[in-house]
Amino acid sequence: MTLTQDGPRSGAAGAPEKRGMNLTLRIWRQQGPTVKGKMVTYKVTDISPDMSFLEMLDVLNEQLILQGDDPVAFDHDCREGICGMCGVMINGMAHGPQQTTTCQLHMRSFKDGDTIDVEPWRASAFPVVKDLAVDRRAFDRIIQAGGYISVPTGTAPEAHATPVPKKDADNAFDAATCIGCGACVAACPNASSMLFTAAKVTHLGLLPQGQPERDDRVVNMVAQQDREGFGGCTNIGECSAACPKGISMETISRLNHDLLGALRAGARPKS
Amino acid sequence: MVTVTDSTQRRTPKAAKTTSVFKKAVMAISGIILVLYLIAHMIGNLKAFAGADEFNHYSEWLRTIGNPALPGATTLWLIRIILLVAVVAHIWAAVSLWRQARSARPERYVTKKAVAQSYASRTMRWGGVIILAFIIFHLLDLTLGAVNAEGSDGEPFDRMLASFQNPVVTLFYAISVILVGMHLRHGIWSATQTLGQSNRRREVTVNYAATAIATILTVGFLLTPFSILFGLID
Repeated sequence: MTLTQDGPRSGAAGAPEKRGMNLTLRIWRQQGPTVKGKMVTYKVTDISPDMSFLEMLDVLNEQLILQGDDPVAFDHDCREGICGMCGVMINGMAHGPQQTTTCQLHMRSFKDGDTIDVEPWRASAFPVVKDLAVDRRAFDRIIQAGGYISVPTGTAPEAHATPVPKKDADNAFDAATCIGCGACVAACPNASSMLFTAAKVTHLGLLPQGQPERDDRVVNMVAQQDREGFGGCTNIGECSAACPKGISMETISRLNHDLLGALRAGARPKS
Repeated sequence: MVTVTDSTQRRTPKAAKTTSVFKKAVMAISGIILVLYLIAHMIGNLKAFAGADEFNHYSEWLRTIGNPALPGATTLWLIRIILLVAVVAHIWAAVSLWRQARSARPERYVTKKAVAQSYASRTMRWGGVIILAFIIFHLLDLTLGAVNAEGSDGEPFDRMLASFQNPVVTLFYAISVILVGMHLRHGIWSATQTLGQSNRRREVTVNYAATAIATILTVGFLLTPFSILFGLID
């Protein structure tokens, strides 16, 4: 790798040249959904600690393209930590060693000479499209099963018309920060999507607008997540620890409470 | 136009009720029944410290609860049936969720680090299998006397002595009881979550309570066999 990745400060005249990191990457390469994949080793040199993990992968891909090799496919979009596209397993941890998204993980979290394993999310509900990119549409279908409110769109209603207690608003907002990245599924030993679904159920279920469909929402969303082939929750807590938005386990308890109540009240999932 | 719920579509087949969360609820409720039984069982065991007569008398009482209104060992059999149903339900839910989890991740990670999971939560499944094996041995040994030196005719107290004076039996018992303790440490917390009774404020209390109950039961169950092994009870 000959590209220099000097940060703005090290470019100053007379400043001693700061050498970047040399890293060994072991990356999951898989040509397509039905092809068997394997870990392939690559070397990258002179990586600036100020780069994001995705920028480091960009450097690798430029190198691969120059060599005439197939670049590593990985998902990314906003690179600001809010879109939820860039999830990969880094050294066995969802989004790597920091509790953030992969795009907001910086290379300063690693040491010169490190070997870094990069794998896609692994769940039968998230099939690999290519290399590190997985198909997360299962989450969209869970949302379609009930993660919405049926209200007329149009002029914004008068804000004071429906008062919301501060505590509920705070909890709903905390849950609403979920970006649907799938780290919870990736980190869960059961590949369960419970934290994702629970965040959506909490977000809508705590607000007045979410009440009319509350029972059907929880029943249908849970039925859909089972149908998608996600595992069941055993309350281990890996999901919450991996969540870049720190969604709490409390949301799962709330989902269970709502679901058992809805089943008792006679709500049944649409088939 | 507001579309809310169409109530005509509410009736669906029974199978739909068997969501993963329903299975978890079955697991939680059967688990609670078993924990309540364990508390009673531990108190019964501690009667060994009151001497052979007291212990045998307690055992006799268990077989005559409700007499003469209820004939023979009716109450005892009711308890046994409830326990059997609870154990079967617990295992059904566990196996079914285990299989679901396995098919949810057919390809394993090359590298996977645990960030939050406890040793207790990691050993729930294999621990559960070992506990089941222990329960079978335990019933053959002390309830049926089939593998006990005193045989099925001996007094309960003598059977207990014969069992725990053997270091191998005591060791197996101790390992199993410690596994039960860990199972409860995670199980009590998990049941609280599953039944929707936990929240951020209660989480700390629930976890302390789970540790406390698990510790009390483990120590309570270990006191009797080790006292017998070291000759404090004879």
